[in-house]
Amino acid sequence: MDPVPLAAAVVAAAPPVIFAVLGETLAEKSGVINLSLDGLLLLSAMIGFAAARAAGSVPAGIAAAMAAGAASGLVVAFASLTLRQHQVATGFVLTLLCQNLAYLLGAPVAHVPGPQMSPAPVPLLERLPVMGPVIFHQDALVYLSLVATAAVWWYLSKTAPGLVLRGVGEHPAAAAARGVNVTRVRYLYAIAGGALVGLGGAAFSLAVKPGWSRPYGTEGTGWIVLAIVIFGNWDPLRAVAGAYLFVLLQTLGTVLQSLMPHVPTQVFPTLPFPLMILALLLVALADSQWVHRALHRLPSGTRRRLLRTLRALQSSPPASLGASFEQE
Amino acid sequence: MRVELKDIRKSFGAVRANDGITLAAGEGTIHGILGANGAGKSSLMKILSGTLPPDGGEIVLDGTPVRFGSTAEAIRRGIGMVHQDPLDFPSLSVLDNFLLGAPAGLVPRRAHARDAMSALAARFGFALDPDARCDQLTVAERQQLEILRLLWLGVRVLILDEPTTAISPSQRTQLFTSLRAMAAEGNVVFFVSHKLDEIQELCHRVTVLRQGRVAGEVSVPCDTRVLVHLMFDRELPRAPRPRIALGPTVLELTELAVGDTLLTLEHIFLQLSAGEVIGLAGLEGSGQRLMLRACAGLIPPIGGRIRVGGQDLTGRPYGRFLAAGVAYVPAGRLGEGLIPGLTLAEHVALAEPRRTPFVDRRLAARSAARRIREFDIRGTPGTDVSALSGGNQQRALLALLPDRVTLLLMEHPTRGLDLESAEEIWRRLLERCAHGTAVVFSSSDLDELLDRSDRILVFSGGRVAPPIDARQATVEQLGEMIGGKGF
Amino acid sequence: MRRAGFAAAGFVLTALAGAAILRILAASPAQAYGLIAAGAVGSPARVTFVLAAWAPLLLAAAGLLVTFEAGLWNIGIEGQVIVGAIFATGALRALDSLGPPWLAVLAAGLAGAAGGGLWALLAGALRAYGRVSEIFGGLGLNFIAGSLTVYLVLGPWARPGIASTSGTLPFGPSLWLPALHIPPLTVPSEVLLGLAAIGTVSAALRGTYFGLYLTAMGRSLRAAHLRGVPTTRETLRAFALCGTLAGLAGFVLVAGAYSRHQLFPLISGGNGYLAILVVLLAGRSALACALIAAVFAAISMGSLQLPLAMQLDSSMGGVIQGLLVLFVILLRGLQTRFVRAGT
Repeated sequence: MDPVPLAAAVVAAAPPVIFAVLGETLAEKSGVINLSLDGLLLLSAMIGFAAARAAGSVPAGIAAAMAAGAASGLVVAFASLTLRQHQVATGFVLTLLCQNLAYLLGAPVAHVPGPQMSPAPVPLLERLPVMGPVIFHQDALVYLSLVATAAVWWYLSKTAPGLVLRGVGEHPAAAAARGVNVTRVRYLYAIAGGALVGLGGAAFSLAVKPGWSRPYGTEGTGWIVLAIVIFGNWDPLRAVAGAYLFVLLQTLGTVLQSLMPHVPTQVFPTLPFPLMILALLLVALADSQWVHRALHRLPSGTRRRLLRTLRALQSSPPASLGASFEQE
Repeated sequence: MRVELKDIRKSFGAVRANDGITLAAGEGTIHGILGANGAGKSSLMKILSGTLPPDGGEIVLDGTPVRFGSTAEAIRRGIGMVHQDPLDFPSLSVLDNFLLGAPAGLVPRRAHARDAMSALAARFGFALDPDARCDQLTVAERQQLEILRLLWLGVRVLILDEPTTAISPSQRTQLFTSLRAMAAEGNVVFFVSHKLDEIQELCHRVTVLRQGRVAGEVSVPCDTRVLVHLMFDRELPRAPRPRIALGPTVLELTELAVGDTLLTLEHIFLQLSAGEVIGLAGLEGSGQRLMLRACAGLIPPIGGRIRVGGQDLTGRPYGRFLAAGVAYVPAGRLGEGLIPGLTLAEHVALAEPRRTPFVDRRLAARSAARRIREFDIRGTPGTDVSALSGGNQQRALLALLPDRVTLLLMEHPTRGLDLESAEEIWRRLLERCAHGTAVVFSSSDLDELLDRSDRILVFSGGRVAPPIDARQATVEQLGEMIGGKGF
Repeated sequence: MRRAGFAAAGFVLTALAGAAILRILAASPAQAYGLIAAGAVGSPARVTFVLAAWAPLLLAAAGLLVTFEAGLWNIGIEGQVIVGAIFATGALRALDSLGPPWLAVLAAGLAGAAGGGLWALLAGALRAYGRVSEIFGGLGLNFIAGSLTVYLVLGPWARPGIASTSGTLPFGPSLWLPALHIPPLTVPSEVLLGLAAIGTVSAALRGTYFGLYLTAMGRSLRAAHLRGVPTTRETLRAFALCGTLAGLAGFVLVAGAYSRHQLFPLISGGNGYLAILVVLLAGRSALACALIAAVFAAISMGSLQLPLAMQLDSSMGGVIQGLLVLFVILLRGLQTRFVRAGT
């Protein structure tokens, strides 16, 4: 199995997940969780495709999808920040609503051809031995996903507003004491994060999985994105790494299926879900008491090293992340 | 800058926290704000720092009346407060904490800020590593960071709210030296405390508050009795401590080791007799809570043995500890000790042994009414516990204890309570001691520890000193041990 | 009374929003709503189908009353319904010719309950021992259950001849649950099961120590544990009870008189998720649960008429249900803010 085409395939298929993961990380970092991701990805994919088809242009579709995402972020923020309703409740209702809206409004454009992103190889760079086909022979959305990853990382670690976001996520009371309008910050990132998720949806229906149908095929991806954000410890680079891992798994699935035809076809597509549970278990393990008791028996040198690894795996969720993940 | 507070008023419901307070502090002075718990010091300083708006009165800076809508606005005017619990960002670096919230463009000027911070630190004798993570600093260092940040933002009036609660004596000396240097440069320092000796040592003048009003203002140093008289309107009575005959061994800890992700305690030995009172002393986070929770059976020990009343309960589930007569009363009343949203009667139903799978609500209500009368709780059986005041919640926690308790573990039993309520709590605790209950309690009030304990265990940096006799110990000795001496 | 007011306001807003959405599709709201109503209650036969859809919803909602009381978000209920259906199908297949039919049906009911309970215990154990949020644990298990169904339907339990995703070989009438004839209506007996479940669960939550424990845990897990509530045990019990009821819902979906009498992919058809919406709207009231479940069942069945008559996707029903819950949540929030501003 040739690694280069595999890597190219993974990079090509990753942008939707990357945008979604980046968007949700930003929103959750400020303290708002958008549980409607799964439905939102479907709805924004459908809207992106339908709008692109109606306007005859891909950028129009992308804009429409991002608007849909932003709207969802706004509703979630409004319900939880202004109306003080439970984020999990609102998010869950929205995910069902968005999914149903996507199917209802998308029926006219199901199985219908429409505009797509065209490949945009970078001249000269595309001839490089490995990097060429993998990175520089892709479409504009792939390049955008790489830029977005770098941009979000730079924003969070190097800029003043990024520092404010990190502060709001860590200790909103302290941020408020320093004059930060915490509610306004949360609204901003919920909406911006939603828009990024919408971009992810458009990346599906206009590039990776062109068109629309019912079922679309990405059902369940939104939930995996939420888990990746947790597993990534709300750090954009870690989350994007998780995104690539997930897409790799999916791509490998189709490859492995053809190599192992006797395995039931349901196994590979379902594999991400038990793995998601396993990943979350791992994160919980890092915090658990009996692991620390077991470590106590080891010699202090080994114990220190293991503790440092564990601390890296530990989950430090942003404050007031809608009591949904409070484990006692 | 000259600061004047004129006729400040603030009420919370029926409680008049500040009832017409007037005071003034001139440039270059350290002004103490002294008072017992609940006298109104916190509210007053919150008003001055912009955290709360006053109901009446005004703040005058250099002759101009000002209004703040927020702490940020107050800082822009030059007034900043360092809280008891520093409001900072633990996982961010010291430099990031310094920068966060300061006016900046898209990209902050880090090199510039770094230099400014070291210059300020050097001027006041602080030493902070800009790249260290904030949660690796001691409480004293976090205070220093906050002070530097406020000074950098142009604050000329610094308010410190009980800054010495969680720092060692040597750090305290450092802090006082730095504060004197700041005052010498023309800044005003407000020093809020209930500790007489510190006020005497540090301040130029002190305003004494009592029950929301100014009881008096004097120059310092002065005769301590004057201050006490102003604070309490009477001499502080020291209730004589009765000697209780000790009974059989109730708790035995052998080579106990207990830990969590942050801290590990090891090699703890203790033997506790019925009727005995043990106080746990030390800075917040030194392991007292760990030990209490381990003795309660909430955390399984990593090593060693726990025996309660002769039974080896090491590693056994919490329910077995409860059955053996162990009771744990946490510091967090609502949300830890009491269940918000549930009524007193429902708590009683949970506390009393159940005979059938069905809840007899009338019986629970009757039993709750009886306990309410006995413990003088302001509430009814149908009252939601989150509607009770702090003092009444503490009474409720005591009222919910079983009749016979072998070992009573209490975290900060009188924190946030006024003197009379605190006295009442201890009266009830001593009653139980007379009937054979052993009490282990943690506290940050050195006087309480010395007055109420038979023996004291001092915790410092994850280590526990062998128990010292409370009747022989002095405040100085205790304070030094907490600061790390002798470990 | 206030609750009814919110529901009414919610209905109005939903009707308006739904109309706007229908206009985008160039469809007549009046026609669509009329079709849904007719599809639900237009004839005694239609009403029977609505009742048949009501029963599994009642059972799942009854289960969710338990977990919500404990503050748990049992999103995994969908998978628990599915596994209940799987176990019930397995039992019916196994006992089909081995003894009297009523025994097979009874065994299927018990098996379905057991299957749902076990699947729920998995999610519960992940939460209690693995500290994995029951939202993600439950979701993962939902997808696994769904895939398991597809595997069974296309593999070991496939129809002889052609393996078809339309489902396993349907069961004969002897293996169906009975229906009661109260002219002019035919009431599937499982409706009584569902009503009994809601009533019993609601009473138990108010009157037993189990219910008090769950309420305490739902308010503050930490404080409940400290006060001596055996939280781990009760969490698992809550999951198990909910799963059992969900499993019965799955059983009913396979063995009901007006079901498809077979296991097929998407057997649960969103019943679990819909039940979550029901309980979100209804709160702790058993009566409200039953009523709202009936309305939702009516909407679901009614909107099945839309594709044929108007070329509208039947997910219109889901849109209406979702909008209703969303509007009520928002209205409740607005009211809380009004009260706050008023005092």
